[in-house]
Amino acid sequence: MKAPPFAYARARNLAEVFELLERHGDNAKILAGGQSLMPALNMRLSSPELLIDISRLQEHAGVQVKDGHVHIGALTTHAAIGESADLRKHLPLLADAVEHIAHPAIRNCGTFGGSLAMADPAAEWPACCVVLDAQIMLASKSGTRRVAAQDFFQGLYATALQPNEVITEVVIPIPGAGYRHAFLELARRRGDYAIVGVAAMAKISGTSISDLRLVYLGASEKPVPALETSQLFVLKGFSESALKEAQQTLAGELDPAADLYSSVATKLHLAQVLTARVMKQLAA
Amino acid sequence: MNAPAFANYVGQSIPRANARRLLQGRGTYTDDLRVARLVHVVFFRSPHAHARIVKLDLAQARAMPGVIAAIDGVTLAKFCKPWVAVLGHLKGIKSPTQHAIAIDRACWQGEAVAAIVAQTRAQAEDALEKIECEWQPLPAVTDMEASLAGTQVIHPEFSDNICFSRELATDGVDAAFAKADLVVEETYDFGRHTGVTLEGRALLADYNAAENTLTVHQSTQAPHMMQDIFSRHLDIPEGNVRVIARDVGGSFGIKVHVYADEMATAALAVMLRRPVKFIADRLESFLTDIHAREHKIKLRMACTKAGEILAFDLDDLTGIGPYSVYPRTSGIEGNQVVNLTGGPYKHQQYRAKLNVVFTNKNLTCQYRAVGHPIAVAITEAIVDLAANKLGLDPAEFRKRNLVPDDAYPYTSAPGMKMEKLSHQQCMDKLLILMNYSVLRTEQIELRKRGVYRGIGIAAMIEVTNPSPAFYGVGGARISSQDGATLRLEPTGMVTCLVSVTEQGQGTEAIFAQIAADAVGVSVDRVRVITGDTGITPYGGGTWASRGAGIGGEAVLQSGKVLRANILDVAGVILQASREMLDVRDNHVIDVRTGNVKLSLTELGRIAYFRPDTLPLDFQSELMVTRHYTPRGYGFAFTNGIQASLIEVDIDTGFVKLLKHWCVEDCGTVINPQLVDEQIRGGIVQGIGGAMTEHCLYSGDGQLQNGTLADYLVPMAAEMPDMIIDHVITPTKTSELGAKGAGEAGTAGAPGAIMNAINDALLPFNARVTAQPFTPERILGALGKI
Repeated sequence: MKAPPFAYARARNLAEVFELLERHGDNAKILAGGQSLMPALNMRLSSPELLIDISRLQEHAGVQVKDGHVHIGALTTHAAIGESADLRKHLPLLADAVEHIAHPAIRNCGTFGGSLAMADPAAEWPACCVVLDAQIMLASKSGTRRVAAQDFFQGLYATALQPNEVITEVVIPIPGAGYRHAFLELARRRGDYAIVGVAAMAKISGTSISDLRLVYLGASEKPVPALETSQLFVLKGFSESALKEAQQTLAGELDPAADLYSSVATKLHLAQVLTARVMKQLAA
Repeated sequence: MNAPAFANYVGQSIPRANARRLLQGRGTYTDDLRVARLVHVVFFRSPHAHARIVKLDLAQARAMPGVIAAIDGVTLAKFCKPWVAVLGHLKGIKSPTQHAIAIDRACWQGEAVAAIVAQTRAQAEDALEKIECEWQPLPAVTDMEASLAGTQVIHPEFSDNICFSRELATDGVDAAFAKADLVVEETYDFGRHTGVTLEGRALLADYNAAENTLTVHQSTQAPHMMQDIFSRHLDIPEGNVRVIARDVGGSFGIKVHVYADEMATAALAVMLRRPVKFIADRLESFLTDIHAREHKIKLRMACTKAGEILAFDLDDLTGIGPYSVYPRTSGIEGNQVVNLTGGPYKHQQYRAKLNVVFTNKNLTCQYRAVGHPIAVAITEAIVDLAANKLGLDPAEFRKRNLVPDDAYPYTSAPGMKMEKLSHQQCMDKLLILMNYSVLRTEQIELRKRGVYRGIGIAAMIEVTNPSPAFYGVGGARISSQDGATLRLEPTGMVTCLVSVTEQGQGTEAIFAQIAADAVGVSVDRVRVITGDTGITPYGGGTWASRGAGIGGEAVLQSGKVLRANILDVAGVILQASREMLDVRDNHVIDVRTGNVKLSLTELGRIAYFRPDTLPLDFQSELMVTRHYTPRGYGFAFTNGIQASLIEVDIDTGFVKLLKHWCVEDCGTVINPQLVDEQIRGGIVQGIGGAMTEHCLYSGDGQLQNGTLADYLVPMAAEMPDMIIDHVITPTKTSELGAKGAGEAGTAGAPGAIMNAINDALLPFNARVTAQPFTPERILGALGKI
């Protein structure tokens, strides 16, 4: 389990990163926290010619609050997200989700941007970003563009990221008053990738629900917003009959793949169970 | 118990001397060694479960940077004799010849068919990618029942796929079933799993052609067994082979077998006349470390209305991969299931049928608790099923049927002879410890609120301290005897050399305690050395819960003689009658007054450096060796009982482990903390098998989960609190009285968990009988998916 030979460059600034990406294109891989890339290299599942280590670009790490938005640097570690008082205050969904991400040693190294670029369908951050309407900032030699999270994730480990681009930061609007959130996932061992999970947000006022967003992880090739299911709850409120109907609707909106231990039927069933639970939590 | 005269340390939780060293990172594992001219070997492993090698071209690989050699099976066979893993006492067992590197054909995915030796491991792995191999895939037999049916025979030299069969029956089984009021029947499935050691398999073999000597540093449980094997298969005189096992990072039975890749490494060292190292990486570990416990068992039990168990009838099928594992064979696990099923109960009728079949998956062999987790789980599951049908409380039903504590010596229905067990005491203690009746009341209350808790009990018997009846009588050159050499150093320190090995479980700590008590010194004066065939007495090593009971007794006997020899010296120096003297706390004392007469430091100085001051006809002997072999009984059977409290989330099928209890009887407890941690660790491994661990194979024999992300070892966050207690019934077959404790936790936990889950599912008329109990299987039983 030794990585195949590769060249290594430690970038001192983004310009160097862009330069190397222009030159090497698909043959280069960005090394951030290394929590997915290094095992892949060691198992020889990936054999890039060049690793571009961006981990020293610490100006792209950290959380800032500006103009009603939270800016999360791509190199912010999972642990730093969990420890951020700003995030706990403005985006508590992220603080809740971080506890489901692997184990402390991995959280200390793994990065927010790295997780988004990897786009594992069972990962927590992609689903959270879709729920929170995040904008992903992508930079290349030719400039910066922003892509909505929902458009960023395109399929299994597939994103809008071009070979010459890196994620620099994620910008998330701070939800207004009256919004509630919930994050639930089912994993057989604490820290494992979820069998299935759901990130949820809604504006709750008395018994009425509006702007409900249910986004599932581990339930499709990418994070899936269950739009019809959400709409159904908005129209009918949280009742047993609405729930039954919503669970039926949900089955049509999700397209999970079986994993080693759970069939499609099990995943769908568990997603339905989580839906009931997450709605109860939002309504509580 | 017959404790040593001054039991200062035996029975106390003395901290282990080696824990500090290991925690400070100063352990020396095989991979830590630095050796000049070392080269690294990696193996080209079959990607197919069963395939013929049409063409194997190593030329390009050989030309890669850093490569020393690229070798196929034919070339290596000149340096390493093949083996056939059978034992004489397993009548009719058969297995094909196995080579260090497979020749012509691979029989499981992961079997090595070529080796690359290079200056670095990375270079060797680079070269591996340049090997060109043309395969002709052959039909893979992966299903045990298909294998038994024998439509496709794996090995052309045999007419079927049966490695070993055994049938056993008492005279009145059919009559017992005929007169029974109730016959319960169920089929149980056990998933393959493996023992995941922190340190993978590791071996560094160094051949010195000038001396024709081979030194092997190996992460192993049984250095002397390996010495014998290297000697015979590499054709080097036994005295020229030295096997050294320094720190070993866990073994659990995984490291007590002969692995083809390890034999190949040693043979390559001989061939290349230089040190060669093999470290199994985690992917290789999952593909090639022995697996265990793939069984499908149909079990029937007969009982009366009054709740008396009359008979068990068992049909066990197990798939072991394409070869029986050398030298212990892969027939033992199934054999244990036959020997142990129904073990705690007093029924007189028993019938068992066992079929051990070849398959095209990784090899299986003895892993912690060998057969016990299966025998206990099926026995206890069917006992619970019968209790439910009879309307009896499961604890009460067991009480009526356990072999009474006053019935010993006792011979079980399958013929196992047991010296003295304590099922009733353990059961009584368990029920008090867990507050059984309160839990039952609480369970009923919680069900009304939609909370489904389950309570599961599993009684067990366990084979420990095996005599030569286990392997020796079958012709295996595996020692059931162990030895200890104790030497008083000139400074009054005691050096203790023992043939039992340390795997991280604390064996050396208990030997120090026993030696300190036996000699009369403080424990900090004892230094224990294990794991080196060039230094220690000859012995079996660590397996089958034998270290404390066998090695410990050897240390005790050796220590007693050393104490007597010390007193001989003291008597001469002090010109006193040795009967008036004793050794206590590092000093020779006057037994009448307790006064210190002489320190051992002074005694050592005189004995070693000024023997001229002693009488001419006196020679001191301050180094003593004694051996111990368990005899009389085939095994020192132990017993115990476990209980599990769990909660099933009936919507998700998730099981929360709330609490676990174990009351067990390993005889004399030498170090309570170490024993309890053995039990706890064992329970965790048992829970692993019951809940999460499973080597998943596709129909064509591909392992699906060969990483620690996909193969789910139990983790701390999911583990329950464990309450451990003991009943102490020392064995009278030794003076120390210690029986084994290393496997009890693993033996009983799966049964307790299975019963707890099924108890929780009782209101839904649902049962699960296939381990591991995944959420999907539980949801399936509940009819939710």
